[in-house]
Amino acid sequence: MIEVRELRREFKVATSKGLRRNYKTVTAVDGVTFDVGAGEAVGYVGPNGAGKSTTIKMLTGILVPTSGHLLVDGVDPAKQRRDLAKRIGVVFGQRSQLWWDLPLKDSFDLLRSIYRVSHEDYRRRLDECVELLGLQELLITPVRQLSLGQRMRGEITAALLHAPELLVLDEPTIGLDLESKERLREFLADINTRRGTTLLLTTHDLDDIERLCPRLMVIDHGRVLADGPLDELRAEVTPERELVIDLREPGPAPDVPGVTAVRSEANGLRHHLTFRRAEMTAAQLITQVVRQVEVHDLAVVEPEIDDVIRKLYQRQVEQDAHR
Amino acid sequence: MADVIYTRLIGARIRSQLAYRGSFAIDFVSQVMAQSYELIVILVLFGQVTALGGFSRDEVLLMYAFAGAAFGVADLFAGQLDNLPTYIRTGNFDVLLMRPLGTLPQIMCSDIRLRRIGRITGALAVMAYALSHVAVDWSPAKILLTVATPVAGAVIYGSVWVVACSICFWIVEGREFANAVTYGSNAFTSYPINVYARPLRWLMAFVVPGAFVAYYPSLALLGKQDPLGLPGWVGWTSPLVAVLAATAAGLVWRFAVRHYRGTGS
Repeated sequence: MIEVRELRREFKVATSKGLRRNYKTVTAVDGVTFDVGAGEAVGYVGPNGAGKSTTIKMLTGILVPTSGHLLVDGVDPAKQRRDLAKRIGVVFGQRSQLWWDLPLKDSFDLLRSIYRVSHEDYRRRLDECVELLGLQELLITPVRQLSLGQRMRGEITAALLHAPELLVLDEPTIGLDLESKERLREFLADINTRRGTTLLLTTHDLDDIERLCPRLMVIDHGRVLADGPLDELRAEVTPERELVIDLREPGPAPDVPGVTAVRSEANGLRHHLTFRRAEMTAAQLITQVVRQVEVHDLAVVEPEIDDVIRKLYQRQVEQDAHR
Repeated sequence: MADVIYTRLIGARIRSQLAYRGSFAIDFVSQVMAQSYELIVILVLFGQVTALGGFSRDEVLLMYAFAGAAFGVADLFAGQLDNLPTYIRTGNFDVLLMRPLGTLPQIMCSDIRLRRIGRITGALAVMAYALSHVAVDWSPAKILLTVATPVAGAVIYGSVWVVACSICFWIVEGREFANAVTYGSNAFTSYPINVYARPLRWLMAFVVPGAFVAYYPSLALLGKQDPLGLPGWVGWTSPLVAVLAATAAGLVWRFAVRHYRGTGS
């Protein structure tokens, strides 16, 4: 579905020094290579300024690469922008492709004309989205009066009316409340598994990845740092997990071989224990802990996606230093 | 088929504007007033003199009306290019790029300013008055010329607008420059061009082909000699100039969008 080889994109940035203007070249995407197969769901993550959006803009034909090879659904996005537009759906979390002052339904009708969708196909696809996303009541509401969550459901419907094989989403859940996020994820998971629509999404929300994307790609400083299933990446770069226990009575931390008590809080009521993924499971550790102390509550803390990315980045820097 | 889409896009804009009826009415009236201020200037001027560059009051009014109508129609379609800096700054230009349509027609259909009809109405009224008061040796060809002039003029203005606004792809706040060219050329073309100093005349007549909006067609219609010595048939070439201007504008726009997407310089 997507074929990317050694993709690069540079920008000229003006640096003013007094009245003189100099330009320096900034490389936003620096030799990115990956493939996405039909029907996959891939999360594309990285810190701000890592090159995510620039990659997305090149994939959708908005920006032209400085160099490298790029093929999306058999089409070169730089040269065949309009051809590509008919084949893919794009949702930008921070912009809208709907008509602000018109009822939601009018935007859909206009997009039907723009993408030349037949009346039957249009009705069928719209009915499906309306039902799954709960848009019935909103169709006659002007877009400007919709909440962000409602609008995003509208945006996703808008991107699917021409039945694209690939749906690209740039921060689709940004700013949404938990319920709206969950509803959106459920819908996206559904079209991915049932309809086989390929998904590529950028996000800051680890839950998006966990719910939706069997595969994760991490980018930073314009380069792909890691590419694989989230669990594998997490296990690989952060071998330690953390168990937090709250005791009934204040007391010392339980002593289990191979486990480090890193920190205690609230005068010994709460303890943080770290253990190695490879050596024991959380269940094994908990069994041993409850034998020693009376536990009121407990939680297993997985490393945050930011930690994973930071570790990946550190590893990259170290590898570069070794070369 | 493609034209159906654009008609629908325009229809959508008209419906959105009718969502704000009150502001539409106020805008409409203010547009008629804006147009009549310029008219008052001409009338006051002719209270002091009887001819301007060899043209009577009603002849100048005819040029003013041709220019006004052409500008009004151009503004209706190309005026929304004023929003281009906003499109670029907010990233909404990207939304236009991800649709299977050209970017320029999408912007043109993005906001038809119905209130501009106020300006066009005013200009047409003055045109009716002027045409009934100047001496024209009417023939079928001249009737055609009268109808074609505002249309060709609108295309010329529209092209100037597109070229001037393309600068926003390099300098996002280039709008002031663009406005100086577009609104400035409207003020210019409302008068006979021989009243201007030579450098300005050359710039505004031939670089920006403003003289073909009203001045030369008016000469042909009135059967007058060009005080600057160009042959009489020049007055009939406005539609051709319009086609050339539109082609040039299309190329400039394409170049500008290519720069935006990153293949340009």
